[in-house]
Amino acid sequence: MLSEIILKMEGISKSFPGVRALQNVDFVLRRGEIHALMGENGAGKSTLIKILTGVYEKDAGQIMIEGRPVHFKSPQDAQNMGIGAVFQEIALCPNLTVAENMFIGRGRDALVQWKQMNAEAARMLNSLGIPASPTQELSSCSIAVQQMIAIARAVDMDCKILILDEPTSSLDEDEVQKLFELMRQLKARGVGIIFITHFIDQVYEISDRITVLRNGELIGEYETAALPQIELISKMMGKALSDVAAIKKHEPPKSEDSVPIFEATALSSAAGVRPFDFAIQKGEVNGFAGLLGSGRSESVRAIFAADKVTGGEVKINGKKVKIKTPLDAMKQGIGYLPEDRKGDGIIDELSVRDNIILALQVMKGFFKPLSRKQTEEFANQFIQRLEIKTPSLNTPIKSLSGGNQQKAILARWLLTHPRYLILDEPTRGIDVGTKVEIQKLVLKLAEDGMSLTFISSEIDEMLRVCSRLIVMKDREIIGELSGMDLTEQNVMHMIAQGGK
Amino acid sequence: MPRFKAYFDRLSHLFLPLSVLVILIIINLIKGADYFKITMVNGAFYGNIPNILFGASELVILAIGMTLVTAASRGQDISIGENGAIASAIFVQYVLNAGEVTLWTILAGFLISCAAGLIIGAFNGTLVSFFKVQPMVATLILFLGGRSIAFIIDGKVSPILANEISNRIGTVIPGVPIQTPIILTVVFIALVAVVLKTTNLRLYVEAVGINPSAARLNGIDPKKIIFMTFLIMGVCAAVAGFIAVNKAGRHDSVNLLKFIMMDAILAVAIGGNSLGGGKFSITGSIIGAYTIEVLNRTLLRLEVEPEAIKAFKAVFIIILMVIASPVVRVSVGKVLDKAKTIVAGYSVRKTVGLNKAVLSVTDTSAGKKEE
Repeated sequence: MLSEIILKMEGISKSFPGVRALQNVDFVLRRGEIHALMGENGAGKSTLIKILTGVYEKDAGQIMIEGRPVHFKSPQDAQNMGIGAVFQEIALCPNLTVAENMFIGRGRDALVQWKQMNAEAARMLNSLGIPASPTQELSSCSIAVQQMIAIARAVDMDCKILILDEPTSSLDEDEVQKLFELMRQLKARGVGIIFITHFIDQVYEISDRITVLRNGELIGEYETAALPQIELISKMMGKALSDVAAIKKHEPPKSEDSVPIFEATALSSAAGVRPFDFAIQKGEVNGFAGLLGSGRSESVRAIFAADKVTGGEVKINGKKVKIKTPLDAMKQGIGYLPEDRKGDGIIDELSVRDNIILALQVMKGFFKPLSRKQTEEFANQFIQRLEIKTPSLNTPIKSLSGGNQQKAILARWLLTHPRYLILDEPTRGIDVGTKVEIQKLVLKLAEDGMSLTFISSEIDEMLRVCSRLIVMKDREIIGELSGMDLTEQNVMHMIAQGGK
Repeated sequence: MPRFKAYFDRLSHLFLPLSVLVILIIINLIKGADYFKITMVNGAFYGNIPNILFGASELVILAIGMTLVTAASRGQDISIGENGAIASAIFVQYVLNAGEVTLWTILAGFLISCAAGLIIGAFNGTLVSFFKVQPMVATLILFLGGRSIAFIIDGKVSPILANEISNRIGTVIPGVPIQTPIILTVVFIALVAVVLKTTNLRLYVEAVGINPSAARLNGIDPKKIIFMTFLIMGVCAAVAGFIAVNKAGRHDSVNLLKFIMMDAILAVAIGGNSLGGGKFSITGSIIGAYTIEVLNRTLLRLEVEPEAIKAFKAVFIIILMVIASPVVRVSVGKVLDKAKTIVAGYSVRKTVGLNKAVLSVTDTSAGKKEE
């Protein structure tokens, strides 16, 4: 009974101009199973899902649902066949009630039978154990509950196959557990769930099987219990195991009396960070640790003058300088990769080339454009060095995958040869392989003498890269950890106790 | 080959304005085969083509400025006609009060009117970039008040510009076969091309128009760039006003460049530019401007009643905009894709069929061996 196949995709291929997104990929989903679909960015996961949900048409191959071949012409077709999907961004209306959100646009009656609708919603919420009332406004529910309501809505449409694309990326630990509870319930009912996530621990917690894709090709299907994590990672990356484990921390040369490359005293900004002192040595990698909203990003933004600087003093190599605008900071050899890649990082319609040369070009000045040949050379150099996957130099950056966009922004700053580079969440939302690459790159740069500040929500990533952590809480620096004291527990302790 | 492809990719956004232009020219050729005929009158070229180039001069210059303002500020300047009227009023007053009119008087007057254009641009630019007023609302102020200002500068009359040099600037210089406004337009376009080539204007304006926040974090000050595009727009308006008043020979503050902002915005749109800012094509806008002029003259040539011309123009624009809309583009793209997949699928099936045949042959031969 458990091994009954409800979905079989065979030999699926799909090409876009210049790119073979999927090549002869098979995928099998059984009734009542949670099946993780894994792969790096650009591996073809989303293309496969979009074919399954009728957004794209496949070039070749066959899809069978419960043994019958089907052909989707539109997302509506897929929905009618019992395929429901919930994506990372919740596509509901926050100002409507829970019940309205569950039934909106379902084309039942022109006149809404409020009582009946609310009753039915209550019944469903109850049966799925979702802690929400049908008449409460959606925006008053937590993100996790909103996510669950989106799932309830999808499931209610007589769904046999449920696709969850990064459903946990904006949830905290408790919320994730609640979501998993719901997934287990649906599984018990016989729904087949396709689960896509970047969190490997979650895959091991909840999934039964794993299918790995890489570069648009099927690597294999595995029983989760029989595939060690490290092997999964190496399959996703296509690299040997030793490569993944071999990241070694770089310790900056220790000398007590050396002048810090950058030093700030009582720096504060309009974004509301308390005046703080900060210094970084040549070749050092440090980081700001703390919970979301602790002021990590605001601190580095103050260093780069990304927010209006309201006070404090800044020294570069011991010499007092004025940094009032990002351009001032850039001219002092500071680079800043912002947290919000889409909003603050990429200029999405501009080409990869223009995005890479932007900062260097601005530093050179308005009246000194680089020649076309120069920009080509610079861009090509970094596309090769960072292995940025792009069809051409002139491709708009928005059509690249997240990881490749991030690499292009990194290239933008490396091209300016900064002495101090700030990376705020450089690995957020990008695949494991690129993550490891970026971590390695950071350590390599530090070895070559660059100073870096590395911020990440994933504490183990920071522990791996940084030799010193500055711990923040409520927009204030509460302490510092380095050397032997630098452990995850100590960081947690410090945050919990609010400093020593 | 890839070089060619990149070149064509860059030209692809010009597909719409160019095809419209071609269609209009075909219509004109059907109406009369002598459309391209050029005659020589008093040593200067006359005919449909010179007339179009002559007539569109002001519009082309204004469309260039409008392109930059649109790209950076994500909005439009609707006061350009009025600004041209003010700047040219100042030019006329200077010339009329200068006594004997020499080339230097005209040149000085022109430079003063350009300075006036800069001041007007600075006014609009300040409102938009520093006070964050919507461009259309900010420029509404001069749109409403501009002609009154010009009227007052004129001394509440329509002063006549009756000197020889102005006449030559507005028509032809003896001995030069091409009308002067055409030459001035070409010079202006060349100037803009040089500026684009030797500065980072394009990169900065596009970056600011697409993502001001990211542009700021890369050291570009979006306020300054938006302000600058309004300054450029002010100069464009002054130059257009200069040409218009010399063509007309008198300064009619009520009708000079009246409602030309509509055509300028339209030229930007026909040129394949997004009115929401970002990437821009000045070539597209220039072709768009000439297309509008051709359209106007085509309707006249087809002997459409003067009262009905605007309605015909409106219908034409509706058709154009619908064709150019993303909705139609996407569905046309889909149809083309489908055609491709059908063709590709057919060839795949053919090869698969062949493979099957080969397989069955080997199967049977294998079977024979076993026997």
